Amino acid sequence: MIDILFYVFAALALGGAMGVVAGRSPVASLLFMVLCLGSVAGIYVLLEAHFLAAVQVIVYAGAIMVLFLFVIMLLNLGHNYHPDLKAGLWSALSFAVAGALFGFLGRQLWGNRTMTPEAGDSVDALVAQYGAVGAIARPLYTEWVVPFEITGILLLVAIVGALVLAKQRV
Amino acid sequence: MITPALVLSAFLFVIGAFGVLVRRNAIIMFLCIELMLNAVNLTFVALSRVVGIEGQLFVFFVMTVAAAEAAVGLAIMISIFRHYETVNVDNFNLLKW
Repeated sequence: MIDILFYVFAALALGGAMGVVAGRSPVASLLFMVLCLGSVAGIYVLLEAHFLAAVQVIVYAGAIMVLFLFVIMLLNLGHNYHPDLKAGLWSALSFAVAGALFGFLGRQLWGNRTMTPEAGDSVDALVAQYGAVGAIARPLYTEWVVPFEITGILLLVAIVGALVLAKQRV
Repeated sequence: MITPALVLSAFLFVIGAFGVLVRRNAIIMFLCIELMLNAVNLTFVALSRVVGIEGQLFVFFVMTVAAAEAAVGLAIMISIFRHYETVNVDNFNLLKW
């Protein structure tokens, strides 16, 4: 059952990803992206990362994609669409680069194909003890608290930077 | 299920990289970069079954950086659009040799 669900989600994610690249209008690409992100959230659930699945749906598919949608509609990109796929030599080169990249990744996976979920039990025990949120929050606020605070500063810088860049000249 | 998830994330990453190379619309290139980040997140979640809960923590950080990057990147896109009236990357050739 879980395997069937995994392959359904995987097929949806791959289809969504191809739709992003091949989509004819930016809005269609964006909606395919939402499909892809939702399917990956489903795979997170199957991999027992429930909190991250929720964050993926709320933050990624919700907030970030709505930001993209606002910008696409603000810039009014859907109408004067002309095919923007690069053709000829460049696309052949892109195919070659993508194939080489997949070759490297696949070779890496092939070398380690006996991947066993060694830490799966310990992760499940943490989730059972502290809950799906607590299992992540506990190390986040103790061991990894400095990176966590730095991401707070990063978000502040991003807010200020986005305002400075996008505001109209007065 | 770990190895199939890793294979899936490799596919997603490669599709994203291909999209960045082959499209000219800067916003869709941005979406493809998000796709690549998402593939990396999937790798982290799958490997958290092998090495422990830290894999899921890193996904949290990657999502934060992706959100910041999307905000700043889209702001740059808006300001570029004000100058050039387009987001087609072929028109941004000021730094081209």
